[in-house]
This record gives sequence, structure tokens and C-alpha cells, in this order.
Amino acid sequence: MSAAETAAETAAETATRRTPGLVPVGETLRSAERGPRQPAADPGTPPARMPWSFWRLLGSELGLTFRRPRNLLMLAALGVVPIVIGVALRVVAAEDGMGGIIEDVAGNSLMLTFVSFSFLVLLFMPVVVSVVAGDSIAGEAGAGTLRYLLAAPSGRTRLLAVKYVNAVVFAYAVTAAVALPALATGLVLFPAGDVTLLSGTTISMGDGLLRIVIAVGYVGAGMAALAAVALAMSTFTEVSIGAIAATIVLIIVCQVLRAIPELGSITPYLLPTRFTNFDAVLRSPIDTAAMGEGLLAFGAYILLFGSIAWARFSGKDITS
Amino acid sequence: MTAVTQEAGAPFGAAPPPGADPGESAIVTHGLTKRFRGGQVAVDALDLAVPRGSVFGFLGPNGSGKTTTIRMLLGLVAPTAGDYSVLDLPLAQALPRVGAVVEGPAFYPYLSGEANLRRFDAADPTARGGTAARRIAEALERVGLSAAAGKRYRNYSLGMRQRLAIAAALLGPRELLILDEPTNGLDPQGTREVRSLVKEIAADGTTVFVSSHLLAEVEQMCTHAAIMRTGRLVAQGTIASLRSGLVVRVRVETPDAADAARVLGTLGLPDVRRSGAEVTAELDGRVPEQINAALVGEGVAVRGLAVVRPSLEDVFVGLTGEGFDVGG
Repeated sequence: MSAAETAAETAAETATRRTPGLVPVGETLRSAERGPRQPAADPGTPPARMPWSFWRLLGSELGLTFRRPRNLLMLAALGVVPIVIGVALRVVAAEDGMGGIIEDVAGNSLMLTFVSFSFLVLLFMPVVVSVVAGDSIAGEAGAGTLRYLLAAPSGRTRLLAVKYVNAVVFAYAVTAAVALPALATGLVLFPAGDVTLLSGTTISMGDGLLRIVIAVGYVGAGMAALAAVALAMSTFTEVSIGAIAATIVLIIVCQVLRAIPELGSITPYLLPTRFTNFDAVLRSPIDTAAMGEGLLAFGAYILLFGSIAWARFSGKDITS
Repeated sequence: MTAVTQEAGAPFGAAPPPGADPGESAIVTHGLTKRFRGGQVAVDALDLAVPRGSVFGFLGPNGSGKTTTIRMLLGLVAPTAGDYSVLDLPLAQALPRVGAVVEGPAFYPYLSGEANLRRFDAADPTARGGTAARRIAEALERVGLSAAAGKRYRNYSLGMRQRLAIAAALLGPRELLILDEPTNGLDPQGTREVRSLVKEIAADGTTVFVSSHLLAEVEQMCTHAAIMRTGRLVAQGTIASLRSGLVVRVRVETPDAADAARVLGTLGLPDVRRSGAEVTAELDGRVPEQINAALVGEGVAVRGLAVVRPSLEDVFVGLTGEGFDVGG
């Protein structure tokens, strides 16, 4: 059929086309064949997955997490703590005759980072990580956006994986939010130079910085393990504050259990017990056994609670 | 797909064609059932067949199982029994070609309309990131939200929110659009806009599956309909076939009601009824102008003469013996 003929026929068809009332199905179908303005999807061949789609969704997730004022405020609040500690130590150290740990810290710029970690790693950092990880699924469910993400379709396992990777990145951001201001404050307020460790050995400043990097890696891994717990909690509720509170209560219960001497046998299995093992880098040589055990515990927690989260989320009815 | 035998007492109207060519249906369900924990049966043995290219009205009073059905079709809720297929593809492959509005809009209040669409586009693994900006702009344009693209969702009016939800459903080329109560909360102007948008989308060859508790709305925009009541399918078919179960009547307004009734009787029209200045009878395939001529010929003063076609509401009442929950 020539182009002219086709055009003539189309014109004729358009002329005879009725407008008022309901359009019969047959006619709708024909009008679709005649030439859709926006071609509907080509039936038959399923749409292909884009190779970078996981990273695109992760990028979107990170964008939400790191642009959200609440999260930025929490990171900023954490970052202020080492500065306050640093200034307080400087003031106290100026008064003579304190000695001990304060003199250790005041004597070297790098020690403030470790002191800040030991102040924050047992409660404040876990709380901040719990807020983001506990909100991850429950928050979307509560807002109703979860049903649209899943219908998009994000895929349940894929969405959960993105949410967890996002939480891990945030866990390291939390760790960095403590370490970087601590390091900067330490360098400003206290003398740089060789570092005297807890064991009395002296190491070079470069070696000291390397040990800070190792400590950051370790603490971040601990926070990532906690994020897995919070993520699992998050799949059980549509109220994010519920998941967040449950995780924080769990941390506090662990701390209480650790404080009871009669329960010493279960202490090694509690997650917070391992958080403070970053001080292994302050031994000479580094206490790799303690760190290894800690990392193993983190891995076990991630595996266990990751599985719980997946089992729950992949079979859940989304009714919000 | 498994063959399904039609049970006795199957729904009235055009029954779902069990042996139909699978390529002809956008949605097929067989015995789809959802029983929630606690024993409440939300959807009970639903056999639905939505032809490709149709605008399919999914009707029922609030709480009749429409939204639960839609949630099952989108893979959000797992059926207790039965099976279904969407676009004859595994669900994960079908969903990128399905746009959906489920139980009203839900977006991130602190993001702009445009950023919200970017977020949901990123969730679709088949969407190309490079074309996202263009597709988002087109979708916003289509629902008339281009001017408000940069405004935060928090500051959107209810009508704008509803339209943004439709825009999100139009982000890619779609073969099927599932709209759950798309005109909820819209003013008459917004309702008209949605209706014309649906017609426009259908004209492009996209199947539209639209749920509503408003009978008149479905009558105006759909080619097909299914009617639900307490989780069960009462009827489905083309709008015309649904109506065909009921008779068309003629209504005469006149001061000479008694005479008019007599004339209609002599014309052989069945079921003549008189009330005040109004006489009605079954039209029985007659031409209304002939009836008018006969009336005038007999000296009956005709003030008004109308052909009354049964509405879907009449269909519903006729099938269930009870009124449709008009108030919603």
C-alpha cells in the first residue's frame, strides 16, 4: 500500500469516527494501531534491566539520607562532642598535677580521637545509626512510599540490599563525623609528634595516623552490625520510632547485662562488648586477635539479622 | 495457564473467557482469594478477565475488596489461594510496564514533585537514568504540573498530589495503567481532567484498569466493568452487556395520565405504570417518536417524553437487591 493511500484511508477513518459516548473496545484498539502518539511498550519482549540500576537506586537512597536535615543535624551534633571533650581536657590539663589518662591525651594530638570514640561508641553513635537504619523500611511503610517503590518495581531483595548498603555508608559517616573533628581538634589543641601508647611504647606520628584509620574501620564495622539489627527491627513495623526504640532498648539491655558479673559467660556474645575493642590499636603490637574476634562477631550479627530482615521482608504483605 | 471450569452460579454478564487467547487479556485471575490473619476474607474466589485495550471499571462499595485485589495484582499482598497473571509475563517483568496509583498518593513531603518522581524512577530497574529528566518532564507536563515541578510536595494541594501520583504512573511506556480511586478528593474540575486524561491514555492503546466506588464515573469513562460486593464478583462484561440485563423504559409526562396509560397499553407496551402526572412503560424495542405520535393522535397533551436507560446503579440493585453505597 502506498503512503498516499494510507493517508487517504486514515483521513477517511478519522472522518467517520464518532466522538460522543463510550468508545467501543474494538475502536480503541484500532485507534492504537493507527499510530499512537506515544508508542505503548512493545509487547512480547520483556524490558531489559539497566546495568547500573542498583547503583542508581543506591544513589537515590544516599541522596535522601544525606540531604535529610534530621540526619545532618545528628552528624553535626556528634561532631561537636570531640571538640567539647578536647577543650575540656585542655582546660583541665592546664591546671597542674592531673597526670594519668588526661596527661596522655593532653600530651599528644592523636589521642583525642580514641578518647572520643570510647565516650561515644557505647550509646550516642549507636543511637544515631539506629535512627537511620530503623527508619529505613518502617519509615517508607508508614509514609506509604513503600508500596510505590515495590510497584515500580524495586524488587524486595534489591530494595533491602540498597537500604542496608545505605545504612552501612551512614554508619561509616557517623564514625567519620566523630574521628575527623576529633583529629582536627587534637591537632589544634595538643602537641603533634610521636605517640606514647597504653603499653608505654612510642610510635611515630604516621604510624599513629594509620592506627586511627584502622580504628575507624573497626568502629564503622561495629556500627554496620548494629545497623543490621535495626534494619531487621524495621521490617516488623510501620512505625519507624518503634524500630528505632526497640534497637536502642536492646543496646541498653546489653549494657545492663554486661554490668552483671554473674552473667559474664554471655558477655562475649553481646554486640556492644565488641564495640570497645578498637582500643586494640593502642597496644604494641596491635592486638589483632581481639580485633579479629570482634569482626567475626560483627559478621555473625550481620548474617543473622540480615537473614531475619530478608525472611520477614520478602514474605510480608504490604498493607500500608 | 491452567484451564478453569465455569462453576454453576457464575457471575452474571459476560463470563471470563477461560480458554481465551492469553495475549488478549491484560489481567486474568482465577479463584483469586485473600484471607487476612484473623479470618476476614477480603477477596473471595475472584475470576477477572480484563481485555487488552479496554478501559475497565472495577466497581464496588468501599470495603468490597477492590484495593486488596489491586495490591495482589501488584505483588504487594500474597494471595491465599488462586492465581493471576498480568500482561502474560512473570510479575517482575510485567511491573515495569504497569503504572499504578494505589490507595491515594504517597510521596516524600520534603522533596519537590520532580525529585519525588526521580526517586520512584530510580526504583525501576528497567528505567534508563539518562532519559529520566525528559521522561519526568513529560509526565509532569501530561498531568499539568510543570509549573509546580520544583515545589515541595508538602505544599501541594490534594488535587496536585493526586495528579503527581498519576504522573508517577506515566514515567515510562506503559501497557497497563492501574488506577485505584483516581478521582478521590478531586473537585469536579479535577475529576473531569482525570477522566479526559484516562481517555487520552486509552486512545494510545494502553489498557486502563480503574477502581471506583462512583458508579456514574465508571459509566462515563469505561468500556468494560466488573462489580464487586463484599469480596465477591457480582458481574463483569462490557458496559452494554451489563445493562442488557435490564429493560429500557419510556417515560411520559402529561396532565392526562390516565389517557396516556391507556394509549401505551393499546400500543402493546408491557408493564405500564402510572404515578401522578407520569406514566412509564417498557420500551420493548419501539421507536419513541411513534409512541409520541400515537399519544398526540389520541389527544394526550405530552409535556415530556424520555427514554430511560438503566444505569449501572440499577444493574447493581437488580443483581444484589440492595442499594449501592452511594455516600461512599
